[in-house]
Amino acid sequence: MERTIDQAGKVVLRAAERDGIGTVWDRFEQQTPQCGFGEMGVCCRNCMQGPCRIDPFGEGASRGTCGATADTIVARNLARSIAAGTAAHAGHAKHLAHALLKWAEGKAPDYPVKDGAKLQSLAAKLGIDTDNKSTQELARAVAQAALADFSEKETPVAWAAVNVTQGRLEKFLKYGVIPTGIDAAISEVMHRTHYGVDADPINLLLGGVKCALADFAGCHMGTDLADVLFGTPQPVVSRANLGVLKQDAVNIALHGHNPVLSDVIAQMASEMNEEAVRAGASQGLNLVGICCTGNEVLSRHGIPSATHSVSQELALLTGAVDAMVVDYQCIMPSLGNLAECLHTRLITTMPIAKIPGAVHLEFKEETARKTAKEIVRLGIESYKNRGSKSVNIPPYEETSIAGFSTEAIVGALALLNKDDPLALLIDHIVNGNIQGVCLFAGCNNVRVTQDLNFVTMAKELARQNVLLLATGCGAGAFARHGLLTSAATNEYAGFGLKLVLTALGEAAGLGGPLPLVLHMGSCVDNSRAADVAVAVANKLGVDLDKLPVVASAPEATTEKAISIGTWAVAAGLPTHVGVVPPVIGSPAVTKVLTEDIRDFFGGYFIVDTDPVSSAAKLMEAIQARRKGLGL
Amino acid sequence: MKEIFVRLDRCMGCRSCQMACATEHSAAKTLFGAVAETPRPRYRLYVERGDGRNVPLTCRHCDPAPCLEACIAGAISRDDRGMVVHHEDRCVGCWTCLMVCPYGVIGRKQEQRIAVKCDRCPDRDVPACVSACPTKALVFSEAEEFTARTRKVQAGVVAGAVVE
Repeated sequence: MERTIDQAGKVVLRAAERDGIGTVWDRFEQQTPQCGFGEMGVCCRNCMQGPCRIDPFGEGASRGTCGATADTIVARNLARSIAAGTAAHAGHAKHLAHALLKWAEGKAPDYPVKDGAKLQSLAAKLGIDTDNKSTQELARAVAQAALADFSEKETPVAWAAVNVTQGRLEKFLKYGVIPTGIDAAISEVMHRTHYGVDADPINLLLGGVKCALADFAGCHMGTDLADVLFGTPQPVVSRANLGVLKQDAVNIALHGHNPVLSDVIAQMASEMNEEAVRAGASQGLNLVGICCTGNEVLSRHGIPSATHSVSQELALLTGAVDAMVVDYQCIMPSLGNLAECLHTRLITTMPIAKIPGAVHLEFKEETARKTAKEIVRLGIESYKNRGSKSVNIPPYEETSIAGFSTEAIVGALALLNKDDPLALLIDHIVNGNIQGVCLFAGCNNVRVTQDLNFVTMAKELARQNVLLLATGCGAGAFARHGLLTSAATNEYAGFGLKLVLTALGEAAGLGGPLPLVLHMGSCVDNSRAADVAVAVANKLGVDLDKLPVVASAPEATTEKAISIGTWAVAAGLPTHVGVVPPVIGSPAVTKVLTEDIRDFFGGYFIVDTDPVSSAAKLMEAIQARRKGLGL
Repeated sequence: MKEIFVRLDRCMGCRSCQMACATEHSAAKTLFGAVAETPRPRYRLYVERGDGRNVPLTCRHCDPAPCLEACIAGAISRDDRGMVVHHEDRCVGCWTCLMVCPYGVIGRKQEQRIAVKCDRCPDRDVPACVSACPTKALVFSEAEEFTARTRKVQAGVVAGAVVE
């Protein structure tokens, strides 16, 4: 199997092979064949009488030591994955809430509210009285409401309840899946999957859904508070792929997820440029992004993206990265080892995420700019150590238009219909110029030829006039292949889609159509796509499970992707996954996830590893929804 | 002739060999496809625990082979690789082979009255169980190669015991 379809990646991988340097792909090969019990989700390690495995061929054990069946074990394992994903997003959101509160209390002067209007509207949505309140007071109230959403309370998690349709909320209440605290929901999953608690697979899966809705709340809160603190993204033109690294610059890669650290570094880049030049880097300081931190600083500062997800090691292997600054999530431990072999300084910054081989410079909101400066200085020092060592920057980069927040999309629509922007989108869905909407999300996965599923599916769906949205490393995949451009729309969009994107693009002064895929932000920003869908549903007066809207994570990797996928299903969306999740060991659970869950929420999982037939299945789902609406 | 040998100190009891065996003997040849098939593909080697150790038990392809000698239907023969192979179409399900196998490694197809045993993966260079073993407890090599490796290790032990 080819490792990647990305030209830049191929160049670096060839060099790595020549030099005998192993990457994620080599390590994966060493891991194969992987344990089939684990692959099928029928291995249970939840107690010390285990590990227990259920024989999927029906010859050996059909129950674990405690008596758990494959159905129970698979459902328990899935629920735990959802809890882990939720915990990651919750941690991200909580971090932002603390930063906002610290600023409101005067303890973190480097975090002034940047989008006061969003703070106002957020407060209003949460039912906070906004009259006669200063920005500080409002920030404090919103931050406190956010922090209150984590522990258990009498009322639903606010960020889950106020960001869905009334119909959804009623459904969630009916099935008892509305969480009353984000951390409480995570904790509840850990409790019910403990030895000898919940054994009913359906009940366990509903517990998983409840936790996934807490994940939705965490994601949404992450997006909202990041916008309040750092500004709501607006369309921005940048570049993507390893070619954005510069030979004669101090290249600092910002990797991880949270803008709390990376945005401050981005704000200071111009101040530090002179220092980089004085150190001998004629092209100054060059900040680049990796993974979702990359998406955050791309959306708000236009900082180019070097790469994402599975190819993060390749950025270092160019030899051109002087420092890589990381916070948390999706940062491969292998980077520490690579940095030790190169001149690169890997800088960890978070107390919960240290990596052997890295320098740890703890980041605190109270002294944000000071620490950010120290971090950049380390990068400049490291540049001096690069000396005359050769670099291998592949000459590949693409234009990438990003920054399509919900507000930006509505803004673009408003250029053509000022009074009723959403009506324009709905009209085009009704008249068939736009057949439906597909949100691409999730990671790359070493099991899949990198970017192949993303690119193939996007082209298939665009040809059939499906409006494409993307977040996270999926958006990164499209960026690398030039699909976040007007040119891609001209080349791949079907007639109707091209018509709409062209009208919007020209109204926006782009001199061409909007990009084929609209980059909505990082992976927490899947909430932005949910907002668009909720707004359309509310306007049409139907619930989310009636809309011709689908989602796909065609190369998913992380537990976060599992929790996002689960809330997408609970939101009513047909949700495609392009790798086989560890559930196949229970035909019953597999059937619930792909079929029966539809009776509960309208959404369901589609598992298919072939990108062409996956696109066909999503198209089928869109057509069925259109038919349901009488279109 | 290469044989499957077991390094007895290596087996972790993960049963990956069993999974790979059943998958190799499925129509789909993929794990996810295999478990969905009817009749369900069978594995032909067994990881058992004995005397505190995990032991993968595989057909030794004995010569003379008790199962081959005992088969009343002529369903077991020795092929040109020297492997003891079972022919489903001739099997009458009398289980005589299963009773005489000293290792207990002849099973049955659950849905049918048919015996099932190791065929040493005729379509593969290295048997599926050996390829799947994460700790290399299963080895596919010439007998001499296998013992030479043991001797080499043992030689080190003996040499280390010499008091200068």
